Amino acid sequence: MSKVHTAPRRWSKPPLIKDSRLRWFLALGGAVYLALAFGTMDVNWGRVAEGIPRGLNFIAAFFPPDFVTRWDEIVDGIYESLWMTVTSTVVGIALSIPIGLGAAKNLAPRWVYLFCRGILAVSRSFQEIILAIFFVKLFGFGPFAGFVTLSIATIGFYGKLLAEDIEDMDPGQAEAVRATGASWFQWLNYAVQPQVMPRMIGLGLYRFDINFRESAVVGIVGGGGIGATLNTAFDRYEFDSAAAILLIIIAIVMAVEYSSGYVRKWVQ
Amino acid sequence: MPVRETQGLKTWQHRERGKQLAIWAGWLVATIIFVYCWQLISDKTTWFFVLDAHHQAADLGERMVPPKFSYMSKLWQPLWDTINIATLGTLLALVLAVPTAFCAARNTTPSRTLVRPVALFIIVSSRSINSLIWALMLVAIVGPGVFAGVIAIGLRSIGFCAKLLYEAIEEIDETQVEAVTATGASGAQVLAYGIVPQILPAFAGISVFRWDINIRESTVLGLVGAGGIGLQLNASILSLAWTEVSVILLVIIATVILSEWVSAKVRHAII
Amino acid sequence: MLRLVDLVKQYKTGDRALKGVNLEVPDGQVMALIGPSGAGKSTLIRCVNRLVEPTSGQIFLNDLALSALGQSQLRRARRRMGMIFQEYALVERLTVMENVLSGRLGYVGFWRSYLRRFPQSDIDAAFDLLARVELDHMVDKRADELSGGQRQRVGICRALIQDPELLLVDEPTASLDPKTSRQIMRLIRELCAERRLSAIINIHDVMLAQMFAERIVGLRLGEVVYDGPPEGLTPEVLTEIYGEEDWAETIRKVDEDSDNQGEDGAAGVDHETPSLDRDRLAGMT
Repeated sequence: MSKVHTAPRRWSKPPLIKDSRLRWFLALGGAVYLALAFGTMDVNWGRVAEGIPRGLNFIAAFFPPDFVTRWDEIVDGIYESLWMTVTSTVVGIALSIPIGLGAAKNLAPRWVYLFCRGILAVSRSFQEIILAIFFVKLFGFGPFAGFVTLSIATIGFYGKLLAEDIEDMDPGQAEAVRATGASWFQWLNYAVQPQVMPRMIGLGLYRFDINFRESAVVGIVGGGGIGATLNTAFDRYEFDSAAAILLIIIAIVMAVEYSSGYVRKWVQ
Repeated sequence: MPVRETQGLKTWQHRERGKQLAIWAGWLVATIIFVYCWQLISDKTTWFFVLDAHHQAADLGERMVPPKFSYMSKLWQPLWDTINIATLGTLLALVLAVPTAFCAARNTTPSRTLVRPVALFIIVSSRSINSLIWALMLVAIVGPGVFAGVIAIGLRSIGFCAKLLYEAIEEIDETQVEAVTATGASGAQVLAYGIVPQILPAFAGISVFRWDINIRESTVLGLVGAGGIGLQLNASILSLAWTEVSVILLVIIATVILSEWVSAKVRHAII
Repeated sequence: MLRLVDLVKQYKTGDRALKGVNLEVPDGQVMALIGPSGAGKSTLIRCVNRLVEPTSGQIFLNDLALSALGQSQLRRARRRMGMIFQEYALVERLTVMENVLSGRLGYVGFWRSYLRRFPQSDIDAAFDLLARVELDHMVDKRADELSGGQRQRVGICRALIQDPELLLVDEPTASLDPKTSRQIMRLIRELCAERRLSAIINIHDVMLAQMFAERIVGLRLGEVVYDGPPEGLTPEVLTEIYGEEDWAETIRKVDEDSDNQGEDGAAGVDHETPSLDRDRLAGMT
């Protein structure tokens, strides 16, 4: 503190992005994008204003939810969704294990890696609905198409996460087990599996949860399950039944999520 | 006890006998459930169609090649719409998710008995209902078009963003908050100085991650009339223009992979 | 002067952390509070600025009854008490300067603090303090880039910029190596002398307490069992505070250069800011 400050020292918060030109460029780019995006959105406010009372009627038609009239169909739909969820989760995970192993960079030779990554990328790119449209075309209406759709979607999800988890594992442990002279499968069992298992069990339960939710929409395009019931309700303008179905879906999702949290705690 | 002594010999087992039996029983039950479910699905399936599927697939494949690339010129506009639906929808969701998350986190909620359950209900219902169903309802209310898509994506994403965000808020380091409180800071100042800096990286990560998911989701909203490339897809499928369908599918793959790459890069840069 | 009268704290679990503590700390006195883990040291300090609400009893800072204040008055009173924390408790994603300036939050309005437009006098004070602890070259570094000793010095600046009358210091050296611990303790001692501050220092390390405090208070199971000068810490007294152990080594005349008390030598475990958990992200597509 020997020198005397003639002018007060200023301080201001250092900016997040150091380069001022880049900072301005990003800000300007963001603004231009937003302007263009809103500009091309083309909202028909007249239609919206007109739609709001209609929307209110629409929402009013949901109340009170009618659980009774279509109860049998709802129960059938829920059961079908649950079967689809169980089978597709099991089959999807079973198939994604070899693909996930193949898609891990530190495990597989390069051509296997690229091939498996390709499968994962394609199955992840398409929303379940798009897949369902095609599978309904191939296999006909009904839960089988839904089952295949959800299995493929599960492969994309689970395989990718498995591969990433294996790539992130501790190489020290893997090396130590390899150093014992273990065979490839022994190495997989003793070095890889213990490291990825707890997380993968948790993710499997998550995927079960997701598959149930998705089973509600594959039905819209003919893939069976509660979605089919929901779609029928919409088609018949039975919005009170639709509301009942939506409430049931919410309740089941909550139940599955709550119990899967519980199971995961118990498993780990 | 995994180690047992029989006649002076110690034997080691991986697990206790009872536990091992329980595990086998668990596997057995799981297998029975699976087989039972499979049986039920199988009953509802017309196997003739399924067995015929490879002919169908071959036929479809034949009709889809070669992709009609000249159709690309008509896809730029819907593609732009799709990206806008995802981006603007994500922004809308974030604006709504932040207050919801603060109301839902145990350590910041204004009231645990009143506000928190409401916030949690918003989160769960937003998450349980698929964006396609949201879109179905919104098209009826605000009319078909991009606007309905943006709102559908927004409503659908609130739950996801708010859930991750409130978990991040609950995990913050309380001593940093305590230190700011000890200076005599007001509630809003504690929020701005003690809590927000801690959750900012999580917030940024959640945003780009959800944006990436929304790109994928917004490709199908057009099927119910809510704008984007799904409209074209639906039209082409209905008019059996399979060479156009294959172009659209290729465009979707490219967009999704690109957005995934962007999102991964951004998240890597932040965390 | 700080005065505690019959201070009692009972937690919801039923644990009585403080059982009627009476204590007076005159202006300018540096007092060390020692005692085993769970004796209530931390609770006592936090009761003073009411981060923990006392169950009964009174606390006076000069003539102000802290225990009776409402929320906004409490905020104003907290400005008069600087607090220094065990694992520094800096806001890790803020810069050094922002952390120091956060000590002024009780003085400036919300928008001003939000926009980081602090009065020039605060900025000057911050620069002076940072120069005093030799950190003025690190103003715009983020707090999580600093070493333990540097972080604690920033923590001290944050407490001092409040312009307090009293310092509440909670285990300042628990996460520091022996040498840095001494430097930090010496710094606190010097700063208290410069500004005629009184201080209550919770500390585990009896030797450090003897070296740097004028008065020692021993706490056991929520009760004061010793109150007197550092020289009065005999093996009998320490046995009363901590229980049976061979205390001869601890009490031997401490000399400044023997850095042998390495009980908490390892650097502290830093809390990580919650970042994205891939599990959670992954599950929610």
